[in-house]
Amino acid sequence: MSAVLEQVFQVGFLAAIIRIGTPLAFATLGEMFSERAGVLNLGIEGIMLLAAMAGFTGAYFSGSLWIGVLAAIAVGALMGALHALFTVVLGLSQHVCGIGVTLFASGLAYFLYRLVFGQQSVPPSIKGFEPVPIPVLSDIPILGPAVFNQFTLVYMAILAVPIAAFILYRTPWGLSVRMVGENPRAADSAGVSVVSTRFQAVVLGGSLMGLAGAFLVMAQFNAFTFGVVSGRGWVAIALVVFGRWDPWRSAGAALLFAFVDALQLRLQAAGLGHIPYEAFLMLPFVLTIVAMAFMSRNAVAPSALLKPFRREER
Amino acid sequence: MLRLEARQKTPAWLNLTLPLVAIAVTLILCSGLILMAGAGVLDAYGVMFKASLGDSYAITETLVRAAPMIFTGLAVTLAFRAKFWNIGAEGQLLAGAMASCFVGAIPMPGPLAMLLMAVAGAAAGAAVALIPALLRVRLKVDDVVSSLLLNSVVFYILMALIEGPWKDPFSGYPISPPIEDSANLPVLIEGTRLHLGVLVAVLAAPLVWLLMARTVLGFRIRVTGENPEAARYGGIDVQRVIVVAALLSGALAGLAGVGEVGGVHFQVMSDISPGYGYSGIVIAMLARLNPLGVVPVAIFLAAVMTGAEAMSRATGVPAFLSDVIQGTALLAMLVALLFTAYRVRRSA
Repeated sequence: MSAVLEQVFQVGFLAAIIRIGTPLAFATLGEMFSERAGVLNLGIEGIMLLAAMAGFTGAYFSGSLWIGVLAAIAVGALMGALHALFTVVLGLSQHVCGIGVTLFASGLAYFLYRLVFGQQSVPPSIKGFEPVPIPVLSDIPILGPAVFNQFTLVYMAILAVPIAAFILYRTPWGLSVRMVGENPRAADSAGVSVVSTRFQAVVLGGSLMGLAGAFLVMAQFNAFTFGVVSGRGWVAIALVVFGRWDPWRSAGAALLFAFVDALQLRLQAAGLGHIPYEAFLMLPFVLTIVAMAFMSRNAVAPSALLKPFRREER
Repeated sequence: MLRLEARQKTPAWLNLTLPLVAIAVTLILCSGLILMAGAGVLDAYGVMFKASLGDSYAITETLVRAAPMIFTGLAVTLAFRAKFWNIGAEGQLLAGAMASCFVGAIPMPGPLAMLLMAVAGAAAGAAVALIPALLRVRLKVDDVVSSLLLNSVVFYILMALIEGPWKDPFSGYPISPPIEDSANLPVLIEGTRLHLGVLVAVLAAPLVWLLMARTVLGFRIRVTGENPEAARYGGIDVQRVIVVAALLSGALAGLAGVGEVGGVHFQVMSDISPGYGYSGIVIAMLARLNPLGVVPVAIFLAAVMTGAEAMSRATGVPAFLSDVIQGTALLAMLVALLFTAYRVRRSA
């Protein structure tokens, strides 16, 4: 046990949690915006992958990481728009469309990557982001180097949580998003355009998923590989539920899972793997399913989730 | 101005032509990617066709690939008919593969082994599908998300097994030891990989059709899916029907895994399914949730997958085109389905 504790209280370990948690936080916030507006986006796994591919390619050829980040955001938003076109404008079933978007986007990502870079024995890599220490704050013992000597994208993720909460709970647009997710009929009567509000929320969500993909290829792995997303999108789906569709709780859930994942990596590296590491990776999914069973009575999910809205149908 | 108007009834000719239209649109859209890769469109599709359906050996290879997709396609069809949104065929397939591999490694007479493998695989798939079904009928938990998340749970169980207690000591890779030779499904045509499981898959489709169209249970499943209120009013125990549909659906997906273990790989590895469970959703939708339609659609998608590798070697177009085709076909079909519910009218 003491060996376990020794692994936990280290700057490197805290920093690892933050780095594993960052893409999950972006993806989880993205999925949350979409679901709060009443649109489940199962395209997330593919959207992250295609955005990661676009980000990597953009950074590789432009030589600028930020151009890569912008490319990833743009592609994420575009794929969000595609999902919204099918599910919001055309009112098609969300889960089937989401699977379609994931199959399409991941296929396209692999296809284009192979087309651009060919089949190389050593996959091409880029020089990823460097940590940017924040003056004064990074001098705080332990917490400073772990949290305030990070990539700019990490700071963006940390800021994204209060901003997302502010947008969702304190702005008229956020109110519209919650209305169209809870009771689109009432929102429509109140003069809120259900279609455009949902569309915007899904596109915003897609761009956040794009940021998640960008982080993976530009800060975490510095290369695009076929397993670069490997289920992180599905993790985000679980975390949104586990975080009860709330920005703070969702980000907290992302951090919690990042802790579990980092711990699992540490235990494996330290040769302390009595428990198979898969047990840790399975945890967010199992916990979410259990949480869903307990939450079902309190109806915390957006009421109109998965329900297409057609104005003329009553 | 054009507007959409709800249809009262879908004309029969639309049901048949829509999937064809969706596939045609898909192939046209994807030809853009072939051109981007600097190959001729007809060349690429030609190679794809020849390598998958051009000669008898190629056809058997395509059928071998189609078998698990027929099973998952049927699994999704049956579940979606009851409006039980089973996105978990992938995990149910993996569960079936694990269970059948476990049974197949026990020495016993071949036919008995095969039978028990099928039973165990179907039971394992059904057990996985039972979880989201019970959560839904007992606790009103959304089945889309719970069945999807279970895919990851089952996958990690598989990984833990083949990297841990099940790891083949004679192989450096995380794969299970092979099943007994006597448990290998018999090959139907000498010199090919066409195994008994393919025949079972093709025969399963008319059986599922019979079940849906001609039995009381099938009737209950259809009514429950189409109008749960009416079903309840008519004395159908809707919750029970959903659970039964989930069990049958999971069992079918589990059988997909049995066929892969018994007839193709003879052991379990992490990539035993390249997403056959998700392909099942594509197939079910293209087949318009008709069990008989599942077979040709599965064979089509299997042909695309088999042919894509040859196309890649011959023309340099990345084989991942087959994944793009699957995704595009699903999206195209969903849009096409709009025309069954609506028609475009010129409004005054």
